Amino acid sequence: MRGLMTVFGKELADDFTSWRFLILFAMVAVAGVFTLYIDSQNILAQAAESNQFIFLKLFTTADETLPGLLQFLNMMAVFFVPIVGIALGFDAINEERNSGTMSRLLSQPIYRDAVINGKFLAGVVTIAIMVTSIVLLVAGVGLRMIGVPPNSEEVIRLMLFLVVTIFYGAFWLGLSILFSIFFRRVATSALASIAVWIFLFFFMPMLAGIVANFMVPLEEAGTEVYLSNLGIQSAVLQVSPVRLYQEAISVILVPGARTLGQTIQILGVGGYRLIPNPLSLDQSLLLVWPHMVSLIALTAVCFAVSYIKFMKEEIRA
Amino acid sequence: MSKQLVVETVDLTKAYDGVTVVDKLNLRVEEGEIFGFLGPNGAGKTTTILMLLGLTEPTSGVVRVCGYDSTREPLKVKRITGYIPETVGFYEDLTAEQNLAYTARLNDLAEWLIPDRVGESLDTVGLSTAADQKVGEFSRGMKQRLAIADMLVKMPQIAILDEPTIAIDPEGVNQILDLIKKIAREHNMTIIMSSHQLNQVQRICRRVGIIGKGRMLAEGMVEQLMKDALGGGRFKVEIQLAEVTADIVDRIKQINGVVEVERSGDLLLVGCTQDLRPQIAKAIIAGDGSLIGMKIKSYALEDIYMKYFHEV
Repeated sequence: MRGLMTVFGKELADDFTSWRFLILFAMVAVAGVFTLYIDSQNILAQAAESNQFIFLKLFTTADETLPGLLQFLNMMAVFFVPIVGIALGFDAINEERNSGTMSRLLSQPIYRDAVINGKFLAGVVTIAIMVTSIVLLVAGVGLRMIGVPPNSEEVIRLMLFLVVTIFYGAFWLGLSILFSIFFRRVATSALASIAVWIFLFFFMPMLAGIVANFMVPLEEAGTEVYLSNLGIQSAVLQVSPVRLYQEAISVILVPGARTLGQTIQILGVGGYRLIPNPLSLDQSLLLVWPHMVSLIALTAVCFAVSYIKFMKEEIRA
Repeated sequence: MSKQLVVETVDLTKAYDGVTVVDKLNLRVEEGEIFGFLGPNGAGKTTTILMLLGLTEPTSGVVRVCGYDSTREPLKVKRITGYIPETVGFYEDLTAEQNLAYTARLNDLAEWLIPDRVGESLDTVGLSTAADQKVGEFSRGMKQRLAIADMLVKMPQIAILDEPTIAIDPEGVNQILDLIKKIAREHNMTIIMSSHQLNQVQRICRRVGIIGKGRMLAEGMVEQLMKDALGGGRFKVEIQLAEVTADIVDRIKQINGVVEVERSGDLLLVGCTQDLRPQIAKAIIAGDGSLIGMKIKSYALEDIYMKYFHEV
């Protein structure tokens, strides 16, 4: 246990004093504050429409003129958290091996898993601190700007959002640590992580569309065909942690969201606003529970594979 | 055996994908000695060392370090063993002191003990002035000395050094060898040093083991090995004569200290226990020979080594 805590403490100190961390923090903070500014312009106008959950809109409202692009969620969480996770983990193991510190470290009386556990934990804690402080920062500035305090449910929803975001970051961290064990070169492992990131972000939706069109061709028009096509699309997409996370946080942060997937959006006009009554917190949770479990499971798989590979590995000097 | 065995391997074997790297190696190192582990690159030195430390599992055979089985109880072995890998590395963004403190913590040293212990270790290797410097700014020689300090922090009973003098300038090599000698004496530490730099091993090791293709070719005291390997004595005098006669050969043979005389063409090779060139010259002149040239060669571990490797 002490070995684990020692590695953890050292890695945490490393993470926090590194330039890497400062750059990432600045990048995410700037993105957060910038989107917050845009959002705040629209919130008060929208507040007239619904008087509930105004505070959460700080995090979810998009500028109508720049649809989706500057949304805080897409910008900060979905997009940046993976980068943070990858940046903290892509050289975790191979860098130590290349610089010759690994064999020195492993010749100390500690269990081998203390190294990998310590590194993973330190990364998760770093992500947690970074994400929490930025959300608090945005919340604080937002509070000042719109002057509407959050109600208790909003606070709980924000905390849930943080928890899910940390797990999402942990997935990317686990993935990048996995690559840092499999690839000897730091550049290769970084590229591999980024390749996965790009694939899940840009190609996965295309792939889902192709698979769906292949299985249910849209030639014969009809609502049912269209729906089953969409169903397959979203089923394929659900493999991706990005999608899981997106759906989970949109349900948590948009109480008005009653269901997942695109079905309701194409049927109703204006998406979520089809049924204006918001869901209660426990109902929202019920909706995203499978997502959270899947996200945690994916992280666990990444970590387990890394763990097995690392424990069995020959350590040459 | 009067002294206790610190390291013992019994038929230690390691094979990677069917290729045997270490083949039934029997190694015995006694307490307090400096043992030189010799062999060319790829002979299996590093693999053996990794197995001693429990970092690699042997295919078969037993490794015991201070009575602990390295395969079953690697943590106990690592607690009492200091190891300097061939390519030693430090966290370059941390200072020398921070690097050593990390090692100290990994070894469960009490927090209040750490500053003193780290300070002492840096003092021993002469790096106390560089304690607050980042290791990234260190030279190769300094890093190697820091590696020794890093090992001292945990106060091991056994130190295993894998090629400690590789890629270091001659003066740095001297410093490191002296340091190893000093540490072994002051802390009564058993030291195993692997190397292919024979003259260096010869300087500080009393006993050596020569390994080739995973097998122990010879093991013993340096002097004993020399006697065994070079029946012809420690010095070899090469004499060129205009004409070799039996009389001259006889006269040389009679000189006190000449072990053997060998003829090859117009050359005479004389093995002797000391430098006998003046006496040999006199004998040749007394035998009415005409001397053209005379060269002397002193044998060292190198020749033993070459002898064994020619046999492989």
